[in-house]
Amino acid sequence: MSGLVLDRVSVSLGGQPVLHDVTLAVGAGALLAVVGPNGAGKTSLLRAVAGLAPYTGTMRLGSEMLGGGPAAARARRIAYLPQRSELAWALSVRDVVLLGRLPHGDPFSGATPQDVRAVAAALDRLGLAALADRPVTELSGGERARVMLARALATEAPLLLADEPTAALDPAHQLAVLGLLREIAAEGRTVLAVLHDLTLAARFADTVAVLDRGRLVAAGPPEETLSDALLGRVFGLACTRVAIDGRQVPIPLARL
Amino acid sequence: MTAALALLCILLAGLSLMAGPVWLPPADVLRGLAGGEGTAAIIVTDIRLPRTLLALTIGATLGLAGAALQGLVRNPLAEPTLFGAPAAAAFASAVVLAFGGASALSLALPLAGMAGAFVSVALLFLVAGQRTGIIVLLLAGLALNAFFGAATALVLNLAPNPFAALEIAFWLLGSLEDRSFVHLALAGPFMALGALLLASQAKAYRALTLGEEVAASLGTDVARSRLAVAAGLALGVGAAVSVTGAIGFIGLVAPHLVRRAAGSDPARILLPSALAGAALLTAADTLVRLVPATTEIKTGVVTALVGVPFFLWRILRIRRAEEGA
Repeated sequence: MSGLVLDRVSVSLGGQPVLHDVTLAVGAGALLAVVGPNGAGKTSLLRAVAGLAPYTGTMRLGSEMLGGGPAAARARRIAYLPQRSELAWALSVRDVVLLGRLPHGDPFSGATPQDVRAVAAALDRLGLAALADRPVTELSGGERARVMLARALATEAPLLLADEPTAALDPAHQLAVLGLLREIAAEGRTVLAVLHDLTLAARFADTVAVLDRGRLVAAGPPEETLSDALLGRVFGLACTRVAIDGRQVPIPLARL
Repeated sequence: MTAALALLCILLAGLSLMAGPVWLPPADVLRGLAGGEGTAAIIVTDIRLPRTLLALTIGATLGLAGAALQGLVRNPLAEPTLFGAPAAAAFASAVVLAFGGASALSLALPLAGMAGAFVSVALLFLVAGQRTGIIVLLLAGLALNAFFGAATALVLNLAPNPFAALEIAFWLLGSLEDRSFVHLALAGPFMALGALLLASQAKAYRALTLGEEVAASLGTDVARSRLAVAAGLALGVGAAVSVTGAIGFIGLVAPHLVRRAAGSDPARILLPSALAGAALLTAADTLVRLVPATTEIKTGVVTALVGVPFFLWRILRIRRAEEGA
């Protein structure tokens, strides 16, 4: 199948195992929400897929194995948006988004028509076109987070990894960004997003993967995985359900 | 911007050829450069020209080294001087001068300088490790600076004769006085190679704007960039220090001066920063010849006297920005 397939992927940090034997398949065109309590290994999973953390096991994207191979080739296939984005210099919004084109060549010394088009499209999708020439350092936290997502989109990689893409955003922009991630997936790409908001995860994701203390405890459609039993066992939460867009979406009520 | 800086360098180079104990009018300088004969021509070609060329190339190397190091560690306060590379290069060169029996005109001197600089840069990255903030880097640099400073003092202590000790002490202050084309031939190729290495990582500095993880995810081999910059700094700064002694703060001041006009892009400021460094050192080296004093003031003293207040002012601005935020 196309999409991302993980087979018994384990990650250790400083000799400490943080992810055990995760086996998971996400089809192309699907948005996978990775959820789990703090310290469950969500970020480690994303970093391993991005090639930033050493792992054992195998990963496949489409028909090709991940891991090994030239870094530039991997960078063209996987776009990674970390939880906290650093920005060392006061680059303009457009230049930061242009950095997303680095895997394709050197867009700063000679931007190809494709570079220009990809950057314009990414700016447009995140409503940043009007801010394109502003230094990113002058923007609000939410605007900055959108710039970073635009940067990851500009790579036009078949696999997008986003670690808490909604963390710095107000509710309206959280909805907008998740809608956008689903749209991107619908174009035939695979999107992995770490989310803390179970309501949003259940509402937008095609598949939810639940991690708990380094193990994958459930994966599948949100209605099945985010059962009352699991929410109680893994998250220690009692939830009520609300129907949105035909889905029964959990809303946390109390700690158990 | 780049063109204006290049023009400034040419003007300062011309001024530097004219200035000295004997003021030479532009016509004499041009005649000397064109291969004319006479005392003025000898002063221009044998005494002042190598000095001017060294000021330009060493200044450019230091300016480029500062911009490159700032790009690598993603911080505008980074400067080779603060990280111990010149101190280590000076120590290694001093050892050669004191005990090696080498004259100041042998290839051993730049080789020792580069080895010293390389050891210090390697130690710095080894001690500070990956993904460390500027504080840890600065502390590690402080320790290395102190260590190599003390080691150099020990060399002075143990120097076989007092004249050698005095010679080293003056040399350490940083000066371009009495340097010749031999120095240029000795250090020039290494500085050029170092500059090429530093400039070759331009794309990496850009990607590193977003941090090491994102840079790696964009296809940058961060470890290789680090090695290339370490080698480039060692070659460039090591060779420069072995010719001039310690000349500090050009690498801090030059990138800052051009950043406003050339933009913040860490790759786009490399060339302007090198030109600004060349202009700064040539200006400083011309200035020391114009100040009336019984012995010529050392160029390194001037750059430090200008550079240190500048550095403090930068820290003050950063502190204010943090308090405002």
